[in-house]
Amino acid sequence: MTWTSFIEGISPARLERTILLGVKSLWMHKLRSMLTAMGIVFGVASVIAMLAIGEGASHEAQEQIKNLGSQNIILQSIKATNSADAGKEERSFILEYGLTFRDIDQIQATIPGVSVVVPGRKLQDFVWRIERNVDAVIMGTVPWYPVMRNRELLRGRFFTEIEMKDRSNVCVLNSDMAAKLFPLSEALGQEVRLQTSYYTVIGIIESRQAVASGSGGGLGGDTGGGKDEGEATMEMLLPLSTLLERFGEVLVKFRSGSFEAEKVELHEVTVKIEDPDKVVAAADAIKHLLSRNHKNMDYKMVVPLELLRQAARTKQIFNIVLGSIAAISLLVGGIGIMNIMLATVTERTREIGIRRALGAKQRDIVLQFLIETVLLSGAGGVIGVVMGLLIPMVITHFAGMLTIVQLWAPVLAFTISVLTGVVFGIYPAMRAASMSPVDALRHE
Amino acid sequence: MSDAIEPIIELKGVEKHYQMGSFTVKALRGISLKIFPGNYISILGPSGGGKSTMLNILGCLDQPSVGEYLLEGKDVSHLDDDDLSQVRGKRLGFIFQSYNLIQQLSVVENIEVPLYYQGVPAAESRERGIKLAEQVGLGERLDHRPTELSGGQQQRVAIARALANDPAVILADEATGNLDSKSGGDILRIFDELNEQGKTLILITHDEGMAERTSRTIRLRDGQVEFDSMFGGKQEIQPPESE
Ligand SMILES: Nc1ncnc2c1ncn2[C@@H]1O[C@H](COP(=O)(O)OP(=O)(O)OP(=O)(O)O)[C@@H](O)[C@H]1O
Ligand SMILES: [Mg+2]
Repeated sequence: MTWTSFIEGISPARLERTILLGVKSLWMHKLRSMLTAMGIVFGVASVIAMLAIGEGASHEAQEQIKNLGSQNIILQSIKATNSADAGKEERSFILEYGLTFRDIDQIQATIPGVSVVVPGRKLQDFVWRIERNVDAVIMGTVPWYPVMRNRELLRGRFFTEIEMKDRSNVCVLNSDMAAKLFPLSEALGQEVRLQTSYYTVIGIIESRQAVASGSGGGLGGDTGGGKDEGEATMEMLLPLSTLLERFGEVLVKFRSGSFEAEKVELHEVTVKIEDPDKVVAAADAIKHLLSRNHKNMDYKMVVPLELLRQAARTKQIFNIVLGSIAAISLLVGGIGIMNIMLATVTERTREIGIRRALGAKQRDIVLQFLIETVLLSGAGGVIGVVMGLLIPMVITHFAGMLTIVQLWAPVLAFTISVLTGVVFGIYPAMRAASMSPVDALRHE
Repeated sequence: MSDAIEPIIELKGVEKHYQMGSFTVKALRGISLKIFPGNYISILGPSGGGKSTMLNILGCLDQPSVGEYLLEGKDVSHLDDDDLSQVRGKRLGFIFQSYNLIQQLSVVENIEVPLYYQGVPAAESRERGIKLAEQVGLGERLDHRPTELSGGQQQRVAIARALANDPAVILADEATGNLDSKSGGDILRIFDELNEQGKTLILITHDEGMAERTSRTIRLRDGQVEFDSMFGGKQEIQPPESE
């Protein structure tokens, strides 16, 4: 029997009647058919659900990274871990480290394609509103910070270059902090106190969650590290000039009884590269440049573009793992179907003999059993798709996780389930058809 | 019989061998016979005589090891599987001792099975199925399952099914073997009627009474024709080979 003759023998009318017959035969053993299809149901459902969860997680991570700006290179000052200089620093009582204005000048002067540089200086202190206070990260920065870091102003405005030049006492609070300090009233236009000075609130900026800890563990530094993840970070943004004037270069902190002094010029510098293709090269150049001034790695570099690529690679690995799980579960489902179909063929040997005696050709028998397996796996596939669409919805609803079902996922999963039926149905069907009619009729 | 009438079936020196390990069982050892249109034949003989084996070959369910089989003048002993299926479905009707209905199908659907494999359109097939069911007295039971019928009724469904494609020959292997004498008698009356309508029937039986109703009796013993009433008595029999 050749394949072309097999295909030619299938007319739509015959196919329809064979399908009807298949449904009837499967219906005779409802429970068995259901259990057999179960393997496919769970295979398909888990594939779709896992893809949706994976896609959702990776989408969230990518959104967060994209918000950092894919053309940006973010430099952050950190205490050097290199112990070679530790003794010297201890003696001076002032820990001096981190990025400097000289670094910015050099970056702008020597790295080609640098369009904007955003310096940032941070300290942590209590901010007061009458008798309410909040332990906040105070960052001095430049007027174009929100644009560069893709942060949305919810109300009011950001400070201007004139306010920067004038060292005005204005500030922008993030929404969490505004809510904490002004639980009942509008924060805009009100004043808050930081140490001895008062600052007028001119804008409210969106609060931002720290980027998932998986991406290098350091991106929390975006809004001042040290906070537990998930806990809202209180943030107050001032003109850099104002901050420098009020607090000078040395920051003295009292922390749980001990006192430490730090001299850090800039806590954070964001460098924007004009050409997205040159970001990675520029990052290397900056690293090279900084290595001359910073012998003991007292800064770290975050390149969102690289993080994006890393995330894409992670997703790829995830997809491969997922693909293997899917393949295995469908294989198991397929073997289950094949097992049952072989039993069915044995059980229905006599029926096969009768049909052959009444004029059924081998291809009629093949078609009949193949259609039964495909019906089984197809029905399993449909139920699996429905479940696979419901599970992510349930997860999103109860666990608050973002899940994304892409159109191709259910389509692919269903197609594969039907193909599984064909692949694992062929052998039992061929076996049924190849029995001699006399032997089949004699079967008890 | 005059030579002008062509035989519907002709066996020429048909043998059937079964390989049982190291030695060969010869179930049929050189059978030659002609069956003419309208013949009403009973095949008798001791158990193991080769009756079922011969009927399977006549029914194109099996092929002879040696010899030739002409059905309606055409050599069918060398056909491939598809062509054999075609011959079975179109020209032959089978009736089995154990009825052999398909359990998941209703009465009328069982009758329609041979039509289905000949590609008869659904509506036409249903119409014919109903007519045949009425013909065997089951017009009221079209939608019943085989399990809801008595043995005699099931066998009548099987007869209707055998008639579906208007075959040239009807073959029955101990069709009344599982039935009591009353329902067996009903079946035999249907056979008589069919023969009166001109159908060719070949019936295997152990029942001498049944053999008397038929117009021709063939006795098989040890894979050979021991007696054929058409030739008015005993045929030459070769002594069986020692095994
Ligand atoms: N598939 C087979 N393999 C081996 N031997 C077989 C096979 N089929 C039949 N035989 C042998 O062929 C011989 C004839 O068997 P067959 O079934 O034709 O007898 P029968 O006349 O129909 O007997 P019964 O009246 O009991 O049905 C027996 O000896 C049997 O054992
Ligand atoms: Mg027999």
